[in-house]
Amino acid sequence: MQPLLIFKLAVRNLIGAGLRTWLNVGALSFVFVTIIGTQGIYNGLNEQATHAMIAMELGGGQYWHRNLDPFDPLTFESARGEIPSALQPLIESGKAAPLLIVPGVIFPGGQMQTVQLKGLPVNQKILKLPMQSLANSDADFPVLIGSRMASATGLRQGDRIMVRWRDVHGTYDAREVFVQTVFKTSVGTVDEQQLWMPLKKLQQLTGLENKAGKIILAANIAPVDAGEEWIFHDLDYLLKDLREMVKTKSVSAMFMYILLLSLALLAIFDTQVLSIFKRRKEIGMLMALGMTRGQVIQLFTLEGAIHGMLAAGFGALYGIPLLGYLATHGWALPEYTRGYGMALGERLYPSYGPVLVAGTTVLVLAAVTIVSFLPARKIADMKPTETLRGKVQ
Amino acid sequence: MENKIVELQQVDKAYRMGRHEFLALKKVNLVIEKGEFCGLVGPSGSGKTTLLNIVGTLDTPTAGRAMVLNHGLENLTHRQAARLRSRYIGFIFQTFNLLPVYTVYENVEFPLLLLGRPEPERHKMVMEALESVHLLDKLDNRPAQLSGGESQRVAIARSIVKKPQLVLADEPTANLDAENSHHILRIMRELNSRYNITFLFSTHDEKVISYLRRKISLVDGRIVSDEHLRPEENHATASDL
Ligand SMILES: Nc1ncnc2c1ncn2[C@@H]1O[C@H](COP(=O)(O)OP(=O)(O)OP(=O)(O)O)[C@@H](O)[C@H]1O
Ligand SMILES: [Mg+2]
Repeated sequence: MQPLLIFKLAVRNLIGAGLRTWLNVGALSFVFVTIIGTQGIYNGLNEQATHAMIAMELGGGQYWHRNLDPFDPLTFESARGEIPSALQPLIESGKAAPLLIVPGVIFPGGQMQTVQLKGLPVNQKILKLPMQSLANSDADFPVLIGSRMASATGLRQGDRIMVRWRDVHGTYDAREVFVQTVFKTSVGTVDEQQLWMPLKKLQQLTGLENKAGKIILAANIAPVDAGEEWIFHDLDYLLKDLREMVKTKSVSAMFMYILLLSLALLAIFDTQVLSIFKRRKEIGMLMALGMTRGQVIQLFTLEGAIHGMLAAGFGALYGIPLLGYLATHGWALPEYTRGYGMALGERLYPSYGPVLVAGTTVLVLAAVTIVSFLPARKIADMKPTETLRGKVQ
Repeated sequence: MENKIVELQQVDKAYRMGRHEFLALKKVNLVIEKGEFCGLVGPSGSGKTTLLNIVGTLDTPTAGRAMVLNHGLENLTHRQAARLRSRYIGFIFQTFNLLPVYTVYENVEFPLLLLGRPEPERHKMVMEALESVHLLDKLDNRPAQLSGGESQRVAIARSIVKKPQLVLADEPTANLDAENSHHILRIMRELNSRYNITFLFSTHDEKVISYLRRKISLVDGRIVSDEHLRPEENHATASDL
């Protein structure tokens, strides 16, 4: 007997079962769309934040001075070194940019606030920071700040503010800087508590000529050996925290998926049990007609499994337009989510990869098939003579 | 010898009832030859269905030897039995047991699909079967849209569509009125003579008995008489309708 026949019969039976089928299919399709939709948001989150961080902060990878510990600002003062000569050709051709970090404090409105003075070449093109706008400034010490920094400190374009830092000899020094430009970014780490200024000026100001704490490499440039003092970190390393954060969030979403899926599976399981009980006589008849028990089990398993296929189809029917719309138009993110330490813009664009869609489909179909098979196994214990007995149909 | 379709020797069928055993068939000996039109007759509980199920390979005896279509039931696997039924045995039940989601045409086609017959042949055989039960006008109806008599005629068409060796009919008229009962009995007798299909009934309906050419009487699981009859010729044949 051809498998196609069993399939056709299963489809017929299922469609014939009416409302209950469609309730199950509807619920399951909702699970499909929810899983893909939610996972798509996490994917979008990851991609968008990754993209923004690469553009604004990370470049194609970074050399760190070996004393640098990003979690300990106290190391910043010892974590700088001579820009290695091995990297000079790259820097000169614009394929790498040195970054000097100097901790300091400002007193906006009389309150002390720690900041990082960051020096970056004004003509660099690796990070999308508008450093160029500092090049033609008339001010002695022009700085660039992000909009979040601006609103946290009350600073505006054209304001002046006193910055204090410790110089190479450990004595305090102070200068007034001029807020040349306020820029907008989704990447909090280049915005909050950051004062960007031309590298040359910062080196000059602090007496750290030709020194840097990090050297940022452009994308798709193979790292070269920069000597013992400098350690290269690739993007996998630099993005580790972000990925971990997204993973944690999507794992907690997993509980929701499991819950939703279980509810839908329970409904299908229930339908299967009921249908096998109600159709005992038909099962006997199919055996009398010459179907083997295995074939009848296949038939009923398939009937259940087709719920999954119909749900995939039905889900696609409204899911593709819905999720497609969200992917192109994005979600407007509420204000409070922006400070979550993730580089998110004002809109989030979900991203649904083929792996996500195919993976979810395979997973749900497998789960539905198993749930359909479990009650169908009971058919193996049924005797056609007993199911056919009885006077009422 | 080749003509023996069923041969039972000293067949017992015991049902377990908790601690006890209940003997539903006791030392049954029976030979049915090809082309017979015979019936098991007896009161309720006498073992008619039990015997029919054994002959139909749906059940096995607990003692004795049973040969059906040259296969010993003792060493028939489930699969082999299913194959034997699918090829050579048709069933008709009191409650019709049609597939509710299939149309009349598809219900009759189903056994041929199980056998993997190709489409043009299937179509020809289905139409022929439906013609012989006078249902060509209901091809696209669903079982729920049929009367009892029509349903049973679909069941008959389904049982004979593959031209089986043997058709087993368990009280086929129990849910039908007199007119419909006569109608389907005439049809079955005609199929019997046209295709030489062997029919074995189980019944206590006098109408059925009046069509039989052989009446096997069962009481308490034993065959108490086995008579050849001259069925009353006053029953018109189906073709006269
Ligand atoms: N699965 C079973 N378990 C126990 N006893 C059974 C079982 N099936 C049948 N019997 C018993 O075997 C006997 C014969 O049953 P069977 O169904 O063959 O009778 P029948 O002649 O077909 O009766 P009816 O005319 O009412 O259909 C009955 O006493 C019945 O109770
Ligand atoms: Mg009976």
